[in-house]
Amino acid sequence: MSNVRMHLLVCGGTGCTSSDSLKLLDHLNESIKQHGLSEEVEVVVTGCFGFCEKGPIIKVYPDGVFYVSVKPEDAEDIVTEHIIKGRQIDRLLFTDPHGKGKLEGQKDLPFYKKQIRIALRNCGFIDPENIHESLAADGYKALGKCLTELTPDEVIDTVVQSGLRGRGGGGFPTGLKWKYTRKSKSKEKYIICNADEGDPGAFMDRSILEGDPHSVLEAMAIAGYAIGAEHGYIYIRAEYPLAIHRLVVAIDQARELGLLGEDILGTGFNFDIELRYGAGAFVCGEETALIHSIEGDRGEPFTKPPFPAESGVWNQPTCVNNVETLANISPIFLKGADWFRSIGTEKSPGTKVFALAGKVNNVGLVEVPMGITLREVIFNIGGGIKNNKKFKAVQTGGPSGGCITEEYLDIPIDYETLGSIGSMMGSGGMIVMDEDNCMVDIAKFYLEFTVDESCGKCTPCRIGNKRMFEIMVNIAKGKGTEQDLSDLRELGEIIKDTSLCGLGQTAPNPVLSTMKYFQDEYRAHVIEKRCPAGVCQDLLIYHILPDKCVGCTACARVCPVPCISGEVKKVHEIDQELCIKCGACFAKCKFNAIEKR
Amino acid sequence: MIHMTINNQKVAVEDGSTILEAARKLKIRIPTLCHLDLHDIRMVNRGASCRVCVVEVEGRRNLAPSCSTPVMEGMVVTTNSLRCIQARRTIIELFLSNHPKDCLVCEKSLGCELQALAAEYHIRSIRYQGERATHPIDVSSRAIIRNMDKCIMCRRCETMCNEVQTVHVLSAINRGFDTYIAASMNMPMNESTCVFCGQCVAVCPTAALTEVSHIDNVWNALNDKNKIVVVQTAPAVRVALGEEFGEEPGTIVTGKMVAALRRLGFDKVFDTDFAADLTIMEEATEFIHRLKHGGKLPILTSCCPGWVKFFEHQFNDMLDIPSTSKSPHEMFGAIAKSYYAEKMGIPPQNICVVSVMPCLAKKYEAARPELSQDGLQNVDEVITTRELARMLKEANIDLMQLEDEDYDDPLGESTGASVIFGTTGGVIEAALRTAYEWLTNETLKKVEFHDLRGFDGIKEAVIKINDMDVKIAVAHGLGNARTLLENIREGKADYHGIEIMACPGGCIGGGGQPYHHGDINVIKKRMEGIYKEDKDKKLRKSHENPYIKKLYEEYLGEPYGERAHELLHTHYVKRKKM
Repeated sequence: MSNVRMHLLVCGGTGCTSSDSLKLLDHLNESIKQHGLSEEVEVVVTGCFGFCEKGPIIKVYPDGVFYVSVKPEDAEDIVTEHIIKGRQIDRLLFTDPHGKGKLEGQKDLPFYKKQIRIALRNCGFIDPENIHESLAADGYKALGKCLTELTPDEVIDTVVQSGLRGRGGGGFPTGLKWKYTRKSKSKEKYIICNADEGDPGAFMDRSILEGDPHSVLEAMAIAGYAIGAEHGYIYIRAEYPLAIHRLVVAIDQARELGLLGEDILGTGFNFDIELRYGAGAFVCGEETALIHSIEGDRGEPFTKPPFPAESGVWNQPTCVNNVETLANISPIFLKGADWFRSIGTEKSPGTKVFALAGKVNNVGLVEVPMGITLREVIFNIGGGIKNNKKFKAVQTGGPSGGCITEEYLDIPIDYETLGSIGSMMGSGGMIVMDEDNCMVDIAKFYLEFTVDESCGKCTPCRIGNKRMFEIMVNIAKGKGTEQDLSDLRELGEIIKDTSLCGLGQTAPNPVLSTMKYFQDEYRAHVIEKRCPAGVCQDLLIYHILPDKCVGCTACARVCPVPCISGEVKKVHEIDQELCIKCGACFAKCKFNAIEKR
Repeated sequence: MIHMTINNQKVAVEDGSTILEAARKLKIRIPTLCHLDLHDIRMVNRGASCRVCVVEVEGRRNLAPSCSTPVMEGMVVTTNSLRCIQARRTIIELFLSNHPKDCLVCEKSLGCELQALAAEYHIRSIRYQGERATHPIDVSSRAIIRNMDKCIMCRRCETMCNEVQTVHVLSAINRGFDTYIAASMNMPMNESTCVFCGQCVAVCPTAALTEVSHIDNVWNALNDKNKIVVVQTAPAVRVALGEEFGEEPGTIVTGKMVAALRRLGFDKVFDTDFAADLTIMEEATEFIHRLKHGGKLPILTSCCPGWVKFFEHQFNDMLDIPSTSKSPHEMFGAIAKSYYAEKMGIPPQNICVVSVMPCLAKKYEAARPELSQDGLQNVDEVITTRELARMLKEANIDLMQLEDEDYDDPLGESTGASVIFGTTGGVIEAALRTAYEWLTNETLKKVEFHDLRGFDGIKEAVIKINDMDVKIAVAHGLGNARTLLENIREGKADYHGIEIMACPGGCIGGGGQPYHHGDINVIKKRMEGIYKEDKDKKLRKSHENPYIKKLYEEYLGEPYGERAHELLHTHYVKRKKM
């Protein structure tokens, strides 16, 4: 870095690249070359900054200026104004929504203020395709420490002491998992990194692998050393081409430097990693299904015990850890278990990465200390609800999580508390809903997802969840009965009680939790045949307000049925018998003359 | 030992047992559906997919599947709480909500495990109605019908096909509600590498897998005045048919079966056992020929059509090692339409040969084009033991009330050697009884070869004949067969003769036998029945069968000779591997 006076860090995460950050990169490089600055300025493609709402993002080093929503056309200005003349470009700075004007540095942004970045420490900071940048950011230092200073048992003890728990959803203590796998006697053992991130809207694992793949490789080697495994698999979904590319590059580079392979760092420890691609089945995130998928079998879960720690891939002791869990490992060794415990809560130490999505102003990836409240995440970091609408609920834990209402917004986020209110941590999806969301519709949506993703092995999940979904469809169509409500509750509980794996056991959660907290909304659908949020299409009535209709005929022209009649400049009317409730007229009317009830 | 409590009763069981096994020790019944444990043949379906056997375990959040949950010290289990019962009822209702519910006209009516369970739990209404998964019925094959509308995804067939038989045809495809079991590459059965052993049918709890029925064809033939309908019965049928009439497995009903077949209207009731003796004449001669002339060894028995199709697919680089002898019922058909037809002065096209077999592959085999003479198939119709029982019931013939009768001459006489064809190890034992005497010119005093008997998957024996150690191996179940054949292919084995039967236990465990519903003792008792029948026979060596001698004298000439080759031998076809 010594011969370059300035670095431009351009986000190369999937979000920003799909907003043209790669084109922006080309423009920047071209412009730098044209101005003869190639020796002085280096453009670095980094992983995700997290603030996806405002991507593409550029961070300028060393001055720390943070540009948001940068377009390829802005490249020339950044070079001529910022690099050459030293003037920051105000229009590309983040504007504070609370009237504090333009904010210059990343740390000034409310989005980052409450975040503590451990797992995401290098995302948006280093070039993930250059191992030397990782090494400069203390990459593989912890591995060196473990291999040369600690025994495997001491490594495990450190992880146990840190209190780190599985970030994939289960929250099982990582140190114990390592301990159990170490205890199992076998010549061959395996460490698997579960990168089969499948929750809709969750992308923390992808971002870590795209932004800092070495943190995961290093942690796998440490885990391998601790449990006595020489072989690791990363099970990653094939829909993550960028993450796969960066992993392939990272593994090659690590092998070249002797950080993977035989006799690592001259310590006699051998460890190597292979990639295994998932075909996109959600259930393959479940560890036993994942193991079967690696073995080439149908990705179906199997009953535990035996646990993978006793008999996993190829019937050998296997430790399965999630990407984010592994990304926490090396800081624990570099900064100490006590440091880790000092963050978060007693039972849930450390941080958690959440994918903040839905009706919230700042959509993106946030890493917060455990114990932070939902309110802080949604309203401070997330910047509150879009368009000043009213908060209705937040769904945590992915498709099998539960919906949490306003009254619980001040509870601390940790594994136990979320569980106690009918939701769960899950892998960290956090979807915010406002008054325009219908909870019946939301529950139906999630159930549709799990019904589609069920492997079909056990009866309650294969048929039971399908039946629940059918009832939900009926309710949303206005065909539901009160009996349906009690059937849903009863069936949901039995599915939870009898399903084989976590997918089936949690699939009814969205329905059960919304039924609990939004009973009125369900009853409105069932008894009054009305969708209060105006979402469930079959329950809607589109009606033309005579005092507002000017007879422009726009609605009649856009109606696909057609069911709107009326002469030019005269009040129009919708034939309710024929109306298919597509909403085209509602969207078209410029005079707010169409009412949705 | 692990100490635990089930329904307030204490029990000590071996470590590694399941809750279900512990409960059975206490004679506590826990209903199961997908579970099947045929330990002796390594068929253990423990996928815990149906969730019918769930029980409450103290300290556990959710219900545990008793079939696959290992016992733990101090475990406290309740099997019949309201929570368990409601869960089971709901599971059964869910099954029924996705089931055709046409029980009255169902192939498996009164033999269906789902129906029995619904009755046990007194299901009288189904709360959860909805879409029913429907699939086209696969009737493409000559042996097995697959009606996936009736499948409950117990996966027994899959375990059997892949783990026990290693045929690797059946597996689940799609996911969620759309999951169903398909033949490999979702091909119709007749285009797949299915060998039609029928073991999937034998373990299917519902009517998702059933045999292709030839009952109507047989009734039509019996009703056709221009046809002389002759029937032959395989050795394994006589020790199993009684089960369909309430008798204990292994009960020998040979004489009653003969009487019943006459009552059904068959013109002649003959015995496949006669042809089994004939098979020994040919196979033993072929074996000796290969031994003496440096021919290809080991020789493999070729009586089992499932096995024949299996090696045509999986070991088609070794098609020169099986014996070229046709299977006994095909030999019977060939003789019936030649020797017998000439002797009786009946045009062969007027003879209809019906085989009663414990087997589904025989249905497929009967249609193989090369098993024919002058454009006539050697065998016209094949019905299973189960189908024969159905015909008898249709005709109101109460098997056990009949007086014993004898088979017709000349194709009805048989020796003990032919009876044991019905069990694993029997064919090679029968061949040895003859080969020994022919090679040594001595009388074999000890006709029973106990090393070749029993339920071990692969059995081996070394028989001293003259100064030669003849190495014999026996495998039953195609997974065991595969192991043996792979050893031979890799040059790790130097057997002289090998007997292979596709079905576990041999033909007594065939896919067309009365359903054993997961009780391996049923097959074991049939085996006892077979050996008893052998022991009670006056003649126990195939070459001693007087009618066989006469057949060679009058018609065939020498065993393994020209005429025999034309009528009694066949060839094999190279088939695709997958």
